[in-house]
Amino acid sequence: MMQHLPILQVLLPLLAAPFAALLRGRELAWGLTFLTTGAAFLISIALFLEQRALGTTLVYELGNWAAPIGIVYVIDAASALVLPVISGIGFIATLAARQLVAAEIDRRDHGLFYAAWLLTIAGMLGQVTTGDAFNIFVFLEISSLSAYALVAMGSGRDRRALPAAFNYLILGTVGATFYVIGIGLLYMLTGTLNLADLAERLPQVEETRAAFTAMAFIALGLFLKMALFPLHFWLVPAYAHAPSAVTALMASTATKVSVYVLIRLIFGVFGIEFPGLVDGVGLLVLTLGIAGAFVGTLAAIVETDLKKLFAQSSIAQLGYMAIGIGAMSATGLAAAFLHLFNHALMKGALFLAIGMIAAQAGRATMGTLQGAGKQIPITMTAILFGGLALIGVPLTAGFISKVYLIRALLEQDFWLLAGLTFVSSALALAYVWKIIEAAWLRPRPEGAPELSETPSQYMPAWIMVIATLGFGIYATPLVDAAFAAAHVFIPATVGAP
Amino acid sequence: MLDMLVSIPGLSLILGALLVPVLPHGARQAYMLALIAVSGYLTFGIETGVHTTARLGGLDLILVRAEAITKPFALVFHLAAALNVVYALHETQKTTATAGLAYAGAAIAALFAGDFLTLFLYWELTAVTSVFLVLAGNRARALSAAMRYLLMQVGSGVILLAGAVMLWRDGTGLSIQAIDALTPAGLCVLLAFGIKAAFPLVNGWLQDAYPEASVTGTVMLSAFTTKLAIYMLALCFAGFTPLIYIGAVMAVLPIFFAALETDLRRVLAYSLNNQLGFMVIGIGIGTQLAINGTVAHAFASTIYQGLLFMALGAVLHRTGTVKANELGGLWKTMPLTAIFCSVGALSIISFPLFSGFVTKSLTLGAVAKEGYFWVWLAMVFATVGAVQHVFIKAVYLPFFGPDRKLKAQEAPLGMLIAMAAAAALCLGLGVYPEPLYALLPYAARYEVWKAGYVLGELQLLTFAGLGFAILSLRGLYPAAIDTSVLNTDWLWRRALPRLTLAHARPVLSLWFVVLGALKRGVLRALKISEETSRESGLVSGVASIGSAAGIFLAMFALMLLLRQVT
Repeated sequence: MMQHLPILQVLLPLLAAPFAALLRGRELAWGLTFLTTGAAFLISIALFLEQRALGTTLVYELGNWAAPIGIVYVIDAASALVLPVISGIGFIATLAARQLVAAEIDRRDHGLFYAAWLLTIAGMLGQVTTGDAFNIFVFLEISSLSAYALVAMGSGRDRRALPAAFNYLILGTVGATFYVIGIGLLYMLTGTLNLADLAERLPQVEETRAAFTAMAFIALGLFLKMALFPLHFWLVPAYAHAPSAVTALMASTATKVSVYVLIRLIFGVFGIEFPGLVDGVGLLVLTLGIAGAFVGTLAAIVETDLKKLFAQSSIAQLGYMAIGIGAMSATGLAAAFLHLFNHALMKGALFLAIGMIAAQAGRATMGTLQGAGKQIPITMTAILFGGLALIGVPLTAGFISKVYLIRALLEQDFWLLAGLTFVSSALALAYVWKIIEAAWLRPRPEGAPELSETPSQYMPAWIMVIATLGFGIYATPLVDAAFAAAHVFIPATVGAP
Repeated sequence: MLDMLVSIPGLSLILGALLVPVLPHGARQAYMLALIAVSGYLTFGIETGVHTTARLGGLDLILVRAEAITKPFALVFHLAAALNVVYALHETQKTTATAGLAYAGAAIAALFAGDFLTLFLYWELTAVTSVFLVLAGNRARALSAAMRYLLMQVGSGVILLAGAVMLWRDGTGLSIQAIDALTPAGLCVLLAFGIKAAFPLVNGWLQDAYPEASVTGTVMLSAFTTKLAIYMLALCFAGFTPLIYIGAVMAVLPIFFAALETDLRRVLAYSLNNQLGFMVIGIGIGTQLAINGTVAHAFASTIYQGLLFMALGAVLHRTGTVKANELGGLWKTMPLTAIFCSVGALSIISFPLFSGFVTKSLTLGAVAKEGYFWVWLAMVFATVGAVQHVFIKAVYLPFFGPDRKLKAQEAPLGMLIAMAAAAALCLGLGVYPEPLYALLPYAARYEVWKAGYVLGELQLLTFAGLGFAILSLRGLYPAAIDTSVLNTDWLWRRALPRLTLAHARPVLSLWFVVLGALKRGVLRALKISEETSRESGLVSGVASIGSAAGIFLAMFALMLLLRQVT
């Protein structure tokens, strides 16, 4: 049983999806999803603990076909860290989805909704576990196609979900196509699709123009998938008009998986020595990352729709992850992994809390929030803590990842960038303050819809808030795991603990 | 958990504050006093040295470390916290009580921080908790003053963090120790401390925000933030000569501002600034005598400055105003407050037998001994100035000046008890300073009662009083009228934007032409793209598929070009 966990991790939600589609009663479909995601979460925890205990890479050969002929699933320090993020967020979002979906999705569609929900989780888990470049594409498409469908399901309440989903579909497909073209070029050059095998054979052809072009195709496709500025145009409308539960799930996981795949391909396959990577692509990613951090933050400051506001802030936060990647060092990658983990928690908490407000009031805008601090104090406090974590206030997880990010930049003497990173994080205070001001310093306007909260509504968000605070206060195990993940791609050098 | 609470001084107050809002009136005050008493007892037993360390993701933190000068500061902070609770006995508003207790706790915890990162945490915590005290002033002016206050305080923390990161990067380590001010890191740390210590040019927040806080809030504010900064300056920059001159400017400059000001709590804020100047001078000299003087002065001034703020707070509480031109003859209705206030005033002008005398003499002696004649003269001048603006303006005129027939009654019981206790301390330390001297970091015997000192001080004060008498008889003394006084924060709030605007006008007009063209271009582009998709633009995060794909292709071309470049 234990040795089959890597495949069960993906297979379980994948196989549960068609059954969910067949289950008509909404409670049954939800129950199945709840159990499946719960099991997936337990499996990824078990995998994480096992990998940390052994300290080696667990390889699972599908059908006992050894690599490079067969497809292998690989659990190393990096994938072991990202799997619990996806399955854990998937599980907690499912917990919250029961009420959110009941409020926002037509009864008859619940079975289909949960089928797509499980498929997108399965696709993301697959992208993380698989050790085969083409298999990544397959899972990328599984998760993306079901995500397009999930966004489109927002159309029951908000017709703009349809153009948003269409937009997302076209751009997402462009990204995926670029990725698969890149993989095609690599296959042509090396004759293999296995990631480890690719990494071994690439150095012989790394000077060729085709190898660089392949890297450009793959990197660009994934830049789009991770919504790196200025390729983020699908993200804001998709998050804003999707059903609230879908926004929470996608904001915490979808882009993160693409960040992970980017790291895996760029550092794990092409390697840090690849010509034109450090001083070419690295600088480009740094520039785009810091630009995204500023544009996203500034756009969030002027935004009044809360889902759009936090979608814009996601652009900024993905910018910080890009900065970590662009630093091209072990500390930088560790910072990216830390921020990937922490941002998933805080954005999950924020979007779940906002989703609960949107489900009651129809929309969640600054106007809806006016004076809400008195009516729904517990939910609003969760939003406050999430916002503080986004700024990077000490004692929240956001602080830990910012510290390591700045440290990575200073290690390489990027003083200006470190300063800019600092300034852009401080700017986030502006939009968090806007929320505080609306919720606590303004009276509730006459005739505003009554908001209420019950433990089942705010608990999912609070689980993530508590995790955010927990990892902010006691960060050592997470930091160790992030450095272990980074050292998979860049061996330990000076300056790393 | 419990041993954490006990081992980190101040933490019990910070966490204990969480319980304050749920307790009923009466039980609340008793609980806070008990908490402060226990914390004070535990803290007083902490010996010099490193006590608690922690590791946070590769960084070594020193959570609790006591230095030779920590004990007197910790003691006076606890005293001030307890006095504040008693003073606010009548207060039913829970925000002030909660924020005040957490603020005191954060300041105490900061005293024991052994590294800059831990310090940063408490540094910002004092900022965030104390802003609620300003906000409790509950007027429109208080709200905007609070925002400006928060900006400066948090800004100071950010600069401190920047300095800490640089120190860490230089390999100096994060430990709080004497650092070289003439490095980028040292300058950052100095500036961060300087903002909170109200150095010249960055002192505006103090006089801006303190008088806007609530009656009890101002008293709480006056005790902690600035003294914490003085303490940190003494730890890191003792003997850094430029501080002597900075301190001299700090001691002298506020006098002129205070002379023009009519809001008496603002006058006291200027005098607080002037007192801080004396302490900064002592730190700049840095000899054992001078550091002893600074610590003793900080101890005594926390009490008497607090007493003055309490007394005028009581006046505000009972009459609804602290404008110099609206007050007078209050000794008839508030006799006890008048007496206590006089004790505070006699202390601040260092009248013999009051606490200011026995502490300020140490610094004055140190300055004289090191031969800084002009600085010594400035300090003497600043003392004379204090006679004018504190003794005459803030105490004599409202209580003993021409009777304005104000309807008032004696201050509430809690206020009276707190003021009586503070006054007793001022007098007690003035008459019998040995216990205070025993607390000081460096052992020494002081003979402050030398005839020369006492006579010199009395002469000074007599002539200062005489000067006032002559001036007011001749009608030359500036009348107390409502004027707006431009403090140094005017530089930041008005002059800087104006100055840059004036010089930049030609550039700006060109800029506006370009901007206008750009705006028209963008608007056109927006309109075109809006025709293809309804919403558009970089800021809204929405673009038509066509333009998004266009950007994507441009990026691809850029990526391919990278190979040619590198």
